[in-house]
Amino acid sequence: MTAASGNVLRLAGIRKSYNIGKPVEAEILHGIDLTVGNGEFTALIGPSGSGKSTLLNIIGLLEAPTAGTVEISGHPVSYSDDYNLTQLRAASLGFVFQFHHLLPAFSALENILMPQLVNGQGSTAETRAHARALLASVGLAGAENKKPSELSGGMQQRVAIARALSMKPALVLADEPTGNLDTKTAADIFVMLRKFNEDFGTAFLIVTHDVHLATTCDRQVTLADGQIVADKRRT
Amino acid sequence: MRFELLLALRFLREGRTQSALIVGGVMVGVAVVVFISALVTGLQANTINRTLGAQAHIVAKPIEPVARVQVTERAGTSNIATLQIAPRKIRSIDNWRQIISAYEAVPGVVAVSPMASGAAIALRGEGRNAVTVFGIDLPRYDRIVDLSNKLVTGKLRLEAGEVLVGTELARDLGAAVGDRITISNGSAGANDGDRFQIVGTLDLGNRDLSRRAVFLPLHVAQSFLGLPGGVTSIDLRVRDVFDAENIARNVARVTPLTVESWMSSNSQLLSALNAQSASTATIRVFVSIVVMLGIASVLVVAVVQKTREIGILRAMGASRGQMLRVFLLQGSLVGLVGSILGALLALLMAFLFSTLVRGADGNALFPIIVTWPLLLVSCVTATICGVFAAIAPARRAARLDPAMAMRA
Repeated sequence: MTAASGNVLRLAGIRKSYNIGKPVEAEILHGIDLTVGNGEFTALIGPSGSGKSTLLNIIGLLEAPTAGTVEISGHPVSYSDDYNLTQLRAASLGFVFQFHHLLPAFSALENILMPQLVNGQGSTAETRAHARALLASVGLAGAENKKPSELSGGMQQRVAIARALSMKPALVLADEPTGNLDTKTAADIFVMLRKFNEDFGTAFLIVTHDVHLATTCDRQVTLADGQIVADKRRT
Repeated sequence: MRFELLLALRFLREGRTQSALIVGGVMVGVAVVVFISALVTGLQANTINRTLGAQAHIVAKPIEPVARVQVTERAGTSNIATLQIAPRKIRSIDNWRQIISAYEAVPGVVAVSPMASGAAIALRGEGRNAVTVFGIDLPRYDRIVDLSNKLVTGKLRLEAGEVLVGTELARDLGAAVGDRITISNGSAGANDGDRFQIVGTLDLGNRDLSRRAVFLPLHVAQSFLGLPGGVTSIDLRVRDVFDAENIARNVARVTPLTVESWMSSNSQLLSALNAQSASTATIRVFVSIVVMLGIASVLVVAVVQKTREIGILRAMGASRGQMLRVFLLQGSLVGLVGSILGALLALLMAFLFSTLVRGADGNALFPIIVTWPLLLVSCVTATICGVFAAIAPARRAARLDPAMAMRA
């Protein structure tokens, strides 16, 4: 996939520190500069404790950086305005986590519809058809009414991917989406993510420990000790 | 709001054991409040009915003269004497027709009736009873104490030469409807008096009163008691019995008569009723607090259990306000459903109480008054309590940091 023109994400000088007891502060990220283009399929790799998940939380507008600026689809982010954060998150971002985080009280179809419900679009014939199509595209046609507890780990993660795409976000953030799956299922999931990237032009930023899967991405950004130490594009 | 309602319902359904327990708690609480309130209301209504059944809410009488101290100076000597009131005699109210018209205009007064009453002796054969003669304008007096409902035998009418008597008096005299009795005012010979035909017997709800009550037409009683054209008291009925004291004060401003409400003449009863009402209110308050604490504790646990889900929903774009509303709705739903079930349980308890708890005569002790307003107020109060109880857990849910929540 070639990167489309324009950026879906731009980070400049991102720092993040935590108070671990005054006056000691632990800085996790030390000035991250990163740009992700529209439709880019990027892997974020690095050892445990390198700051990958923290960086993903900042990009996902779930945590505020201590310093630095974030732009999503060209919009500068103000972390002090919870309403705007919520709107921007809903409009531009999709999330896939290591653990599927599906809502156990809702069926697979309802879980996919959840972002629409949250954002007031409701469960219309159109949104339900879209959700069914997504469910079919992750290979789970016919599982509409199944509860998460009735699905295998791989199936749950597929539903979570479909949910992440239901609002047609510009960028999907995936935090070790295959970390909890066996090798074959993990490879299948990666193929699926790539297919969505190609079909919909959605940019993906995928945190993974799996170096082999990372090499299939367009770009590999390596984080170590809170800094980007390598940024390689596949030729 | 659709999303919030859907989520609230699903969360409640998901934790159905917890939900059932707290709904059960609310149900029992509301049932206790409704049943106790209905029980006390019925008890009070019964007590008031028995007390006021044959008594006017307000009575206006002539001002009683009092003993006076008289000081006289004579040849440098002061003599102090106490002037006692004249021997008891029946005092009459002047211009009572105008006074009745004035009383009828006082707000809250629904009926006014003149009465001429005095002591007498009822005789029949060997039987003789000390009685009180009540001279009444029957249609007016019927509106004061509802004689129609107290009629046991005969007809409710009073023409010249006719009397209505208490059931106990009729029994003591061995008389029945159609029999004649003699009423003597004692001014002539002890066995002389006027002859009257009994047209009806009345159960006045009070055995002593039923033993001494004789009702005559007003004009007959006036003549009998030596009060031509006069009355001894004016009886009033008010719309709200518990407002009688205030209305009595307004009535007293109209004319210079002694005006007394049932509330001052039965002050001990009123104190007992107030104590009952206060006890009921205390029970309501504490049950409401217990219900609120129960709902709050369950929702606090629910927020902890749902922390991860709250985090993911926030990541999907759910606002703090939406999460707040989800838990407020849960509180209100628990309150609403619990209170509706509680109202039904209270109705069942009232039915069982009326059916199973009986007096010595086999009749229900007193009616338990479960009214629609009582049920409605209880349900609305429980729902509002549910919302208030949910405020703290809901705020906690709304304040959860999504990143932290998802790590939980």
